[in-house]
Amino acid sequence: MADPQSNPVAYVSGRAATQGRVSGLHARFMLFAPYRWFHGMLSRTGLSSRTLVIMVPYLWLLMFFLAPFLIVLKISFSEVLIARPPYSALFEMVDDTYLQLRLNLENYLLLLEDDLYWKAYLSSIRIAAISTLITLLVGYPIAYAMARAPRQWRLTLLMAVILPFWTSFLIRVYAWIGILKKEGLMNLFLMKIGLIEQPLTLLNTDIAVFIGIVYSYLPFMVLPLYANLEKMDESLLEAASDLGCKPLKAFWKITLPLSIPGIVAGCFLVFIPAVGEFVIPDLLGGSDTLMIGKTLWAEFFNNRDWPLSSAVAVLLLLLLIVPIMIFQRVQQKQGGVG
Amino acid sequence: MTEAGGAPRHKTVEPWNDPGQSPYIQIAGVSKRFGAFVAVDNVSVDIFKGEFFALLGPSGCGKTTLLRMLAGFEEPSQGRIMLEGEDMSTVPPYQRPVNMMFQSYALFPHMTVESNIAFGLKQDRVPKDEIVRRVAEMIQLVQLDDFAKRKPHQLSGGQRQRVALARSLVKKPKMLLLDEPLGALDKKLREQTQFELMNIQEELGITFVIVTHDQEEAMTVSSRIAVMDHGRIIQVATPAEIYEYPNSRYVAEFIGDVNTLEGRITQLGTDFIEIKSAQAACRIRAGHGVEAPVGGAVWVAIRPEKLNISVTPPDDTSVNCMRGEVWDIGYLGNLSIYHVRLESGQMVTSCLTNQTRLVERAITWEDSVYLTWAPSSCVVLTG
Ligand SMILES: Nc1ncnc2c1ncn2[C@@H]1O[C@H](COP(=O)(O)OP(=O)(O)OP(=O)(O)O)[C@@H](O)[C@H]1O
Ligand SMILES: [Mg+2]
Repeated sequence: MADPQSNPVAYVSGRAATQGRVSGLHARFMLFAPYRWFHGMLSRTGLSSRTLVIMVPYLWLLMFFLAPFLIVLKISFSEVLIARPPYSALFEMVDDTYLQLRLNLENYLLLLEDDLYWKAYLSSIRIAAISTLITLLVGYPIAYAMARAPRQWRLTLLMAVILPFWTSFLIRVYAWIGILKKEGLMNLFLMKIGLIEQPLTLLNTDIAVFIGIVYSYLPFMVLPLYANLEKMDESLLEAASDLGCKPLKAFWKITLPLSIPGIVAGCFLVFIPAVGEFVIPDLLGGSDTLMIGKTLWAEFFNNRDWPLSSAVAVLLLLLLIVPIMIFQRVQQKQGGVG
Repeated sequence: MTEAGGAPRHKTVEPWNDPGQSPYIQIAGVSKRFGAFVAVDNVSVDIFKGEFFALLGPSGCGKTTLLRMLAGFEEPSQGRIMLEGEDMSTVPPYQRPVNMMFQSYALFPHMTVESNIAFGLKQDRVPKDEIVRRVAEMIQLVQLDDFAKRKPHQLSGGQRQRVALARSLVKKPKMLLLDEPLGALDKKLREQTQFELMNIQEELGITFVIVTHDQEEAMTVSSRIAVMDHGRIIQVATPAEIYEYPNSRYVAEFIGDVNTLEGRITQLGTDFIEIKSAQAACRIRAGHGVEAPVGGAVWVAIRPEKLNISVTPPDDTSVNCMRGEVWDIGYLGNLSIYHVRLESGQMVTSCLTNQTRLVERAITWEDSVYLTWAPSSCVVLTG
C-alpha cells in the first residue's frame, strides 16, 4: 500500500486547503523585509506563520486606526496650553517619585453643558440622514438600471459612475457654487423654462449642502447597491410573476428585501463621512448651517484648542460606532438576509 | 397501433384518440431562436385536460425552453400557444392560470418555507385562515413539517426541491409545469412523490407537463411522452407505444435498451415483411408494416427481454434465429443480461429474469447460444 500522505489526490479537505492558501501568502509576504523581521520576532515567541498572516490586517488597523485614535483620546483629556504642542501632558512626575496621571474632564463636560455642541451634533446627524435618504432614493434607480442593463453596457456605466472621482473633490464642490448661485446655471435654467420668475436663493442654504453631499457621495451608494442587485437571481422574479405577482409588487416583495444588505452598506458609506463632512457645508452651506465638522475646524484652527476638538472627535466617533455595533449585533442574531 | 402486444395501460381514457375532444393546450408550430441558435424547432403538439404529459430528451434539447414558453417567460419566435382555445401570447406570466416549478427551484431566500409556499396564495388575496390551512396541507404532503420555519439556505437540496414543488402545487393551477421536479430526491421519496403527484393530478384534474431526464419516471407517471431531440419532437405517444413501437432508431435507443440490426427488405408480404441482415446472418421476419420498398435499408429493433436465449437450437434456424457466443454476463439480481457476440462480430444483449438461483444457471461464459424472437416482437425502422 502507498503511504496515504504521499497519495497524489487532487482533493484537499477544508482546513488543510485554507492552510495551504495561508502558507502561500506567507511565502509571498516573506519577500518583504518588515514581515521577515516580524516573523523572526514572532517565531522566537512560538507563534506560527498562520497566526502571523491573520495578524497582518489587525496590525494595519492597530497602526493606522487604533494608534491615532489613542493619541486623539489622550489629547482630549489634556488641558489647552499656549505652547508647542498646545496641550498639557497626561503623565507627570511629582516629587521625583510619583507618576501622576491627570485626566482633564473639562472638555467633555463642556461638550455636555454647552448646547452649541449638541446642536451641531444633532444638526450634522440630521443633515447627514436627510442627505443619505436622498442619495438612496437617487442611487437606487441608477444602480437598478445599471444591474438590468445589457451585460456589454455595464462596465461603461460603472465607469461613468466612478469617472467624477478623477477630478478633485474640491473643484467639483466649487463647481456647484457656480451652478447654485443667484445668477448661476440652475437659476438661469429654471427661469428659462419659466418655472420661476425670481432667482432662488440656493447657495449658502441647507439645500445646497444636501445637493453637495448627494452629488459627492452618490457613487458610494450606487456601487454597493449595484454589486448587490447585479448578482440577484432573475429567476426569483420569474417565480414571483409565475405565482401571480405583478412586476411592481414583485419589486417590493422580492428585489427590495433582497437588496437590504446593499442598502445598508451604501447608507453607512454615505452617512458616516457625511456626518463629519466639513468642506461641503463650509463652501455651500450658510453661516447658520451647523455641522460638527465645521465646529471641529473652528476649535482646531481658529481657537487652537486641540484638547476640545479632540474631545469633539472622540464623541463623534462614539456617536457613530455604538449604533453601528448594535445594528450589526441585531443583524447577526437575525441570521442575516440573503 | 392498438393490437395485442402493448402493455396494459393504467388509464383507458385516451382523449388524443377521440376526435370529439378539443385539446386543452395547443402548441402550434412553435419555434424559439436565441440569435442564430434554434432551441425549439417547429414544435406542434396538443395536450388534453387532465393529462400527465412528459417531455423527455437529452440535456440541452430545449425542454426547459418549451416549458418557459408555456409559462410565459419566453415569447415564441414563431407559432402560437393556446390554452383552452385562447391565444396566450399576449398574456403575461402573472395572469396565466399556470404554475411552474423551476429547475433551479427559485425559492425566495429571505422567506421561510411557509411564506414561500404561501406567496402565491397571498397574491390571489385568499383569506388568511384558508392560506394557513392550505399551506399546512402542502407542508404535510411534501413532509416538511419540521422545516416550516426555516429559510431555504438551511435546507438540503432535496428539501428545497420539495418546497418548490409545494409552492407550485398550492395554487391548484389549471396547468402545472414541472421542470425536473424529482431529480434531487432519493429513490424511495421519489417513488412516493411520483405516486403523490399522480394522486394530486387525478384528484384535482390539473394538467401536468413534466420535464424529466429519467425515462423510468416518465414511463411511470405520464399519460403520454414526447421525446425531443435538438429542439424537435420526434415522437409523441403513450409510454407503452413509445417503448413497443418507437418510430425511429433515436426513440428506440433513447427509451430503454435495444438491439438494432441493419438490413435490407427482401420481401413485402400482406402482414409480414422479410429482411436480410448481414449482421444477424439470418432472415428476419417482422410482423408489422413499414413504408419502404423492397431493397430499402431498414433497421430491426429488438428489446433485450424479447430475445430468447438458449443453448439448444430451435426447429427453424433460418428465420429469426441468430447464433453467437456468450461474451459477458451481467447479474442484476432480478435479471441477468447476456452480452452475445454474433458470428458477424455484432454484439447483442438479451435479458432473462432469474427464475432460478444463480448456481443453477444453464448458460455461462463462452457458451454457444441461439437467440430467437417472435416476428411480432421486433420493430422495423426506416430512420
Ligand atoms: N437565454 C438563452 N440564450 C441563448 N441560448 C439559450 C438560452 N436559453 C437556453 N439556451 C440554449 O437553448 C438550448 C436548450 O436549452 P434548455 O434549457 O431548454 O435545455 P433542456 O432541454 O432543458 O436541458 P436540461 O435537460 O439540461 O435542463 C441549450 O442549448 C441552451 O444553451
Ligand atoms: Mg432544463
